[in-house]
Amino acid sequence: MVAVDAHSTTKVVVVATINGEPVQFLAEPRQTLLECLRDVLSMTGTKEGCSDGNCGACNVVMDGRLVNSCLVLGVEANGQSITTIEGIAPVGGLHPLQTAFLEQAALQCGICTPGFIVSASELLKHNPHPSEDEVRFWLSGNLCRCTGYDKIVRAVMHASDIMRVGH
Amino acid sequence: MTTTIDRPTSENAATRVISANGGANIIISHGDYNVVGTRPVRHDGVDKVTGRATYGGDTRLNGLLFGKVLRSPHAHARIVSIDTTKARALDGVHAVVTAADLPAAEDREVDLGEGGGNLKHMSDNILASDKVLYKGHAIAAVAAVNVHVAEAACKLIEVVYEVLPAVVGIKDAIAPGATLLHPEITQKSLGNDTGIHSNITKHARHQLGDPDAAFAKADVIVEREFTTSMVHQGYIEPTNATAMWNQDGKITIWSSTQGAFAVRDSTAEILRVPVSRIKAIPQEIGGGFGGKINVYLEPVAALLSRESGRPVKLIMSRAEVFQATGPAPGSWSKIKFGATKDGRLVAMTADLYMESGAYPGSDTGAAMLCIYAPYKCDDMRVDGYDVLTNRPKTAAYRAPGAPQAAFASEQVIDELAEKLGMDPIEFRLRNAAHEGTRQVHGPLHKKVGGIEVLNATKEHAHYRAPLGTPSPSARRGRGVAYGYWFNIGLASSVSISVNGDGSVTLIEGSTDIGGSRASIAMQAAEILGISAEDVRPSVVDTDSVGYTGVTGGSRTTYATGLAAIEAARSVVAQMKARVAKVWSVAPDDVSYEHGSFHAGTHSMSFKEAAHHIEDTGGPITGTGNVDPQGHGGAFASIIVDVEVDIETGKTQILEWTIVQDAGKAIHPSYVEGQLQGASAQGIGWALSEEYFMNSKGEMANTSLLDYRLPTAFDVPMINTVIVEVPNPGHPFGVRGVGEASIVPPMAAVANAIHNAIGVRMHALPMNPGAVLHGLGVI
Repeated sequence: MVAVDAHSTTKVVVVATINGEPVQFLAEPRQTLLECLRDVLSMTGTKEGCSDGNCGACNVVMDGRLVNSCLVLGVEANGQSITTIEGIAPVGGLHPLQTAFLEQAALQCGICTPGFIVSASELLKHNPHPSEDEVRFWLSGNLCRCTGYDKIVRAVMHASDIMRVGH
Repeated sequence: MTTTIDRPTSENAATRVISANGGANIIISHGDYNVVGTRPVRHDGVDKVTGRATYGGDTRLNGLLFGKVLRSPHAHARIVSIDTTKARALDGVHAVVTAADLPAAEDREVDLGEGGGNLKHMSDNILASDKVLYKGHAIAAVAAVNVHVAEAACKLIEVVYEVLPAVVGIKDAIAPGATLLHPEITQKSLGNDTGIHSNITKHARHQLGDPDAAFAKADVIVEREFTTSMVHQGYIEPTNATAMWNQDGKITIWSSTQGAFAVRDSTAEILRVPVSRIKAIPQEIGGGFGGKINVYLEPVAALLSRESGRPVKLIMSRAEVFQATGPAPGSWSKIKFGATKDGRLVAMTADLYMESGAYPGSDTGAAMLCIYAPYKCDDMRVDGYDVLTNRPKTAAYRAPGAPQAAFASEQVIDELAEKLGMDPIEFRLRNAAHEGTRQVHGPLHKKVGGIEVLNATKEHAHYRAPLGTPSPSARRGRGVAYGYWFNIGLASSVSISVNGDGSVTLIEGSTDIGGSRASIAMQAAEILGISAEDVRPSVVDTDSVGYTGVTGGSRTTYATGLAAIEAARSVVAQMKARVAKVWSVAPDDVSYEHGSFHAGTHSMSFKEAAHHIEDTGGPITGTGNVDPQGHGGAFASIIVDVEVDIETGKTQILEWTIVQDAGKAIHPSYVEGQLQGASAQGIGWALSEEYFMNSKGEMANTSLLDYRLPTAFDVPMINTVIVEVPNPGHPFGVRGVGEASIVPPMAAVANAIHNAIGVRMHALPMNPGAVLHGLGVI
């Protein structure tokens, strides 16, 4: 961790790995990781819904932990490995979750979708065969206002089945 | 997996029942098509699951500045002075604007198709000129190198207020001697200016027969009062706008909106510039539900851009979204219905008071059209009152007005059925409106599917399933409710161009809020005889397509679909002429069926014909411009099982089934999605959501932690039944599906809670405290 003054506007160099790529960027100490991703690195796949940690639209994985990137400072990313929605799909293809979301119509407006897919991919890493209840509990930090969650939960369970067959 | 189940039906041989997802989603289907009724992957899907889709907040431009709006800390105050000197002097600040930078707004009504109103009120709501009327009311705005500098600059703006008493709720507002928000406004009642200065700005009435006399015929009369809290649409993407005011006076706007033309026209009126100088580019929209029709930030971003000479982006915080955009009105309803022993409704009266917030204009009009629409009764009257309060100016939220009215009326219907000892669905069926039933405002119902919806509800396995055993401290109950939304038509424009490979591009003006690119493209594909994947739809800006109304009123798949059908038919006619050239026959001799052109022994597929475009005359573009009047209303019903914990007061939704007449489901998955999404919104409205206001008119719960939207853990799987009673005003029978589904949920939950614990819930939300209060525990 870099020692910084939170009130300073002097930018700090942050060195991190984002979606497997080494990245260096300049962050003001007051900038959140969400701001750094979107406004500094132009990685706008991570969405802003509330900026106070209540909607999950900005979820990313940092050092193996699912986090609200609006509640992490950009400087805290120093030395960390981060996965965002842009790093979920393999080259030339889609993650089974992304395919399931498309086939099961698990999105309407789509603003919450990147956060749901990042969260769900982390769930399936920890628990490859979750029950409906486990899916709902894990995803309760991600708000969706369009779908009523039905098709999202089905898509996650379907992707889990597909990934099981795949292995 | 989709299975088809044979179902005996007398009404229509083409009707069949399709059950998907192990029986959870059922379609009582009508009509067989090649593309319509299938479930292709949506055209914009990959962009949205990979994070590549560009929403309003994702707009990035060279030289972009970031803005912030200074908002009133008071719910009601006169602005004495605004001093922006210190803010302007801060390093990194490029522009500061106030209402003084807006053109003087005339006190006149403007017609913007949807979302119009008094121009002075619209302008004052953008930036307050003399008074602030709610906490969060915009006063000034700053553009700076980043949002942090803009925020710091806002704090340096010095505003002197003369604080006035806040009028927080409907009952405060209509009390004798209440502080007036707009002392200059006089009440309009039944079409006349009463000359009375009041916070009730408008009183309207619809009446059939003589309900006061008809109550004498009733064996049972139920008279009750209900209130509902102000709630927010709760779209996940915050309101945003980016604008560039160029040196040549031309303005470009990028924003997340339900209607690019509404953005253009509203901004033009407020800034007093011709529409020809504004191009509105709709970005992807992260939810709206009616809340992204009105402009809040676009004119402000444009002013900041004019002053700074650079593009400016504004994004609201979540607290700003709650406090400064238009929520749905809270309401107070007085209902009195009477019925005979044999279960006939004989007299109905209702008084509906709805907040309009800071400026006149609430949802009472629509509520008055919907409240009695499910029923036939010869003697009924509804009175609607728009009430000013020191809260944000209310805006549309999914079937605006109808859910509040149904929360009241459908509980009284339930209570009447109970007192008569009748099954609640049977009671509704006995009184159900149908084609030809006269509505309270005069017109007869056109062809509607209400009875079909009620029959499907009654026959659903859920309605007969056992409730199961509750935990020891809980009680279980089942409730039903029924509701109506009229849907709308309005103008839409679509153009289709044929590519040499036999695919087509389709451009439309309807912003895609939940899969409408797919539902529009599929209708074009059906007419063209090609696959949905061979249509490439794009939502374009206001310079690139004909005028198109907002995505609202459940109109898009209906009206923009009609435009797509018209455009596709034009393409087919032009293609026939080209094929005729190739075959040296008369164009009238060429027919087109199932994706192939025919004349005599000649036959050619659409794709083959497309290869001949270049050598038979060049480009083919078909356009469809419509302003249809044949929209059809939709009915929806809910069956819900709840478990109410009588120790904690918490209500858990155990099972939920929604039945709705879609007319025709173009893409059934997205129709189910509308029904499911509205159901979850209804569960939130029923159990947890409210603007919690203190006595000073300050909203106390401005985060999504305290304003509780349902999470995945709060709701069950949501069973759907799509009933298809075709709308004669559309070739495939489309009615529109976005709104009817949110009308009955709150009443259904209330009826279920009553069934569980024997307490009638007369106020929303029915949170644990309200339930315990109802039980007499607190």
